[in-house]
Amino acid sequence: MSSFLVIAVILVYLAVIFYVAYWAEKNSKSRWVNNPYIYTLSLAVYCTAWTYYGSVGLAATSGLKFLTIYLGPIIIIPTWVILMRKIIRISKGNKISTLADFISLRYGNDRFLGALVTLVCVLAIVPYISLQLKAISETFNVITNHHISAISILDDTTFYIAILLAIFAAFFGTQHTDASERHKGIITAIALESVIKLVFFLVIGFYVTFYLFNGPTDIYNQASVLPNFKTQQTIDGLNGGFNWFLLSLLSMIAIMLLPRQFQVTVIENEREKYLQKVIWLFPLYLLLFNVFVIFIAWGGNIIFQNQQVDADLFTLLLPLNNNNEFLALLVFLGGFSAAISMVVISSLALATMLSNNLIIPYGFLKRFSKSESEENTESIKNIRRISIFLLIIIAYFFYKSFTLDRPLVSIGLISFVVIAQLAPSFFGGLFWRRGSSKAAKYGIIIGFLITVYTLLIPLIIDSQSIVTTFVDEGLFGISILKPYELFGLQLFEPVTHAFFWSLLFNAIIYSLVSVNKLGSYRERNFAEMFVDSTKYAALQEGAYVWKGEAYVRDIRKVLTRFLGENRTERALNLFYMKYDIDKKTQVADARLVNFSEKLLTGSIGSASARILIASVVKEEEISLAEVLNILDETQKAKESNIELKERDKQKDEFLDTVAHELKTPITSIRALSEILLADDEIDNPTKKKFLTSIVSESERVSRLINNILDLEKLATGKEKLDLNEHSIKNTILKSIDPFRQLAINKGIKMNLNEINDVEVVYDEDRIQQVIVNLLSNAFKFSNEESGEVKISTYVNQNKVEISVEDNGKGIENDELIAIFNKFYQSKNQTLLKPIGSGLGLAISKQIIESHNGKIWAENRSSQGARLTFTLPLNRP
Amino acid sequence: MKKILIVDDEPNIVMSLEYIFKKEDFQVYIARDGAEAIEIVENSIPDIILLDIMMPNVDGYQVLNYLKNSETLNKIKVIFLSAKNKASDIELGLQLGADKYISKPFAIKNLVKEVKELLNKK
Repeated sequence: MSSFLVIAVILVYLAVIFYVAYWAEKNSKSRWVNNPYIYTLSLAVYCTAWTYYGSVGLAATSGLKFLTIYLGPIIIIPTWVILMRKIIRISKGNKISTLADFISLRYGNDRFLGALVTLVCVLAIVPYISLQLKAISETFNVITNHHISAISILDDTTFYIAILLAIFAAFFGTQHTDASERHKGIITAIALESVIKLVFFLVIGFYVTFYLFNGPTDIYNQASVLPNFKTQQTIDGLNGGFNWFLLSLLSMIAIMLLPRQFQVTVIENEREKYLQKVIWLFPLYLLLFNVFVIFIAWGGNIIFQNQQVDADLFTLLLPLNNNNEFLALLVFLGGFSAAISMVVISSLALATMLSNNLIIPYGFLKRFSKSESEENTESIKNIRRISIFLLIIIAYFFYKSFTLDRPLVSIGLISFVVIAQLAPSFFGGLFWRRGSSKAAKYGIIIGFLITVYTLLIPLIIDSQSIVTTFVDEGLFGISILKPYELFGLQLFEPVTHAFFWSLLFNAIIYSLVSVNKLGSYRERNFAEMFVDSTKYAALQEGAYVWKGEAYVRDIRKVLTRFLGENRTERALNLFYMKYDIDKKTQVADARLVNFSEKLLTGSIGSASARILIASVVKEEEISLAEVLNILDETQKAKESNIELKERDKQKDEFLDTVAHELKTPITSIRALSEILLADDEIDNPTKKKFLTSIVSESERVSRLINNILDLEKLATGKEKLDLNEHSIKNTILKSIDPFRQLAINKGIKMNLNEINDVEVVYDEDRIQQVIVNLLSNAFKFSNEESGEVKISTYVNQNKVEISVEDNGKGIENDELIAIFNKFYQSKNQTLLKPIGSGLGLAISKQIIESHNGKIWAENRSSQGARLTFTLPLNRP
Repeated sequence: MKKILIVDDEPNIVMSLEYIFKKEDFQVYIARDGAEAIEIVENSIPDIILLDIMMPNVDGYQVLNYLKNSETLNKIKVIFLSAKNKASDIELGLQLGADKYISKPFAIKNLVKEVKELLNKK
């Protein structure tokens, strides 16, 4: 095919992508831009040119192993509803814009840690970007029939494509200064590309399977007679099993920690509930992508069996070999879109990291704090734009100067292993409070060095054809230091071997250092906020502990420098409204400090935000214990607020009942008085009856008022108990006295035979009140014909039990507890209303509880009810 | 002679109401809870009922419900007499179909006037 035609197609295609991004940015509120499908499709940036060509290459040479790269994600994605939601919540809550920001903030805005994470990411990803450029260039050469790559850069189409991509990423990636804002244009374009690459790959898969061959069975039959077929298509025993397991684990980490994945999954997430679609839709996408891989690979192996052909290019060569240039062009475009979406998102994510975690905190802070806001926002954007260009250009030169003739997959996997070094500090920080910044730094550095030793150095030696015995005999000829068989471990292939050792040492060092060395109070503050994210999310700015002296005026000045007058004003107004703070307040509190740090984090990264705010406030050292205490108190204050509301509600209900209980006697008093007042003909006996009722109803009102006051005093502890040692028998006998006459009148037998004496400390008046209450209940409810009331005591090791029994109807089981409630009237009363206030048992309960005793009701096995209370014996 | 049923568990309230309505030439029936009230209503249909709400066993709401669900009894006038006097209580009482809602404590002359007015209305 002619180069001009292909270039024209590429340009048209890029124009379409640019236009879609532009349209989405213009219509950023549109339903077409904001939906879970766009979000899910944008996650498919995971499938790069490596998936497009490399998977097939791997399947052709090593069988099913390519599946591990997709198996890991498919296994881990369903947990995202919980796991990823937590990460997204933390990130949104703190305006985090990159993975480096996330890790550095978790460990207390550690500037060095942020820079370290950035370096690791750049080192891992730049070669990976090169790989994509290489894929574009190679496939371009294949489809245009060039066999030699262009020597001069200016003749190289790939160079121009790289520049166009840089322009695209720089333009749509820096629409907002706040990098934690969503980039809707880019994401929509990426989603479109994800559709294109999948559809075209399915088309070629279909073509190979059903057009070049007669379906899967035909391919299998032909492929199975090829040499090596059997060994390729198995897991390959125990060793192979370990390799499979580790590769799946590696890809699980990659799907979450690759900077581009973190960008699309976390930063670009619009709504948490999108995750519910993602957990099934994204695995489905990955499965669809892999359906035809093995058939294309087998097809390639069959058709090119006696030729020296790069298996990575089967996807493209199969249609070309069959003279189907149109289809080849589709394949090229699919691979092209897979490559460019990776390049764009990766360079955007890395550029934000570079600017926010390396360039600004280490180089530009001083300058920023002197200049005007307009200049600053422009400078921040420019730093990011330049970073994007630099990254892509460096990647281009990397691909030009090193002969990257390793298969696509292996270089991709090396990136994975390097990125995986962030896993212990990332996941550890998410679930383990103790994880400290020092531990994170040591872990990452050691893990990275081991990766360099076991993977990168041998690879460079190999690719540059340097003659040395390093790989075969180990460093200084020491065999346990062989880079591919460290400590004599021969179980693994180079990639899994490096992954195993680096991650093992990384994790061990991270845990050991964390356990042995406590982090600073600031670290622990953020540790609490990250680990217990749901608990502290509700507290928002209140979850941050800070002590010191700060003035709103100074903080405002810093904010204005980066956000401009208007945005600062708006943000502060919102803050004041949210916390109901007076606008004239001069002194800033912890919440404002935290709020301002967050505001700046989006623009210049968390480490710089912290440094800037710290420069205008005087911070006092606080101990770790204090931080945890304050956090706890803030949390409790929030909870007690809810409790307070509940108590208010109960109080309202209590007041309602009190009002009702008071109105009833007053109604009688009023009605009767009005009759007496208006009716002159009323006869004397009736008059007397009415007046008697009025008196007794008035007594009822006073009794009620006294009881309510009593209860209130007891409940609030306002009344001190008059505690002295008394004989319980004496107290009981004193309480019984007023009932003796009543007992004779009503013919009720009193049984006092089981009263044992013991000296107990209590308030005699109060305990007498309780016994009187219980007795009057017993008298009220005892059997009408042959009533019997029994009072008894039972002394044991540490308490005395006093019981009052009657032989009445007993208490309904569902009322046994309720009778102690205020104003509770038993359903089982006789029709004549008892004289009680409905508070007697409630007061008794309150009295007994303030003596540290218990009171309860039960039914006797024979007949009637038994009410019992206990008093603790304080024997020396 | 008009028949009036007084339903309340407070003996002194019942006593005052019984006296005043006898004096106004009513035939007075008395019930001390909802169950008793229903029994009386079934035997001798009164013209009007003064109904308390908070009573043991069967409460005033239940009595009113019983009346409104019966074809023979649903024409009986009902006045709620209750110490519950929140706007929401009153609204609920009227929605259930009571003709009037008078809160306690009430002025007895006023109550008599309301009863007579209600009975004169067709």
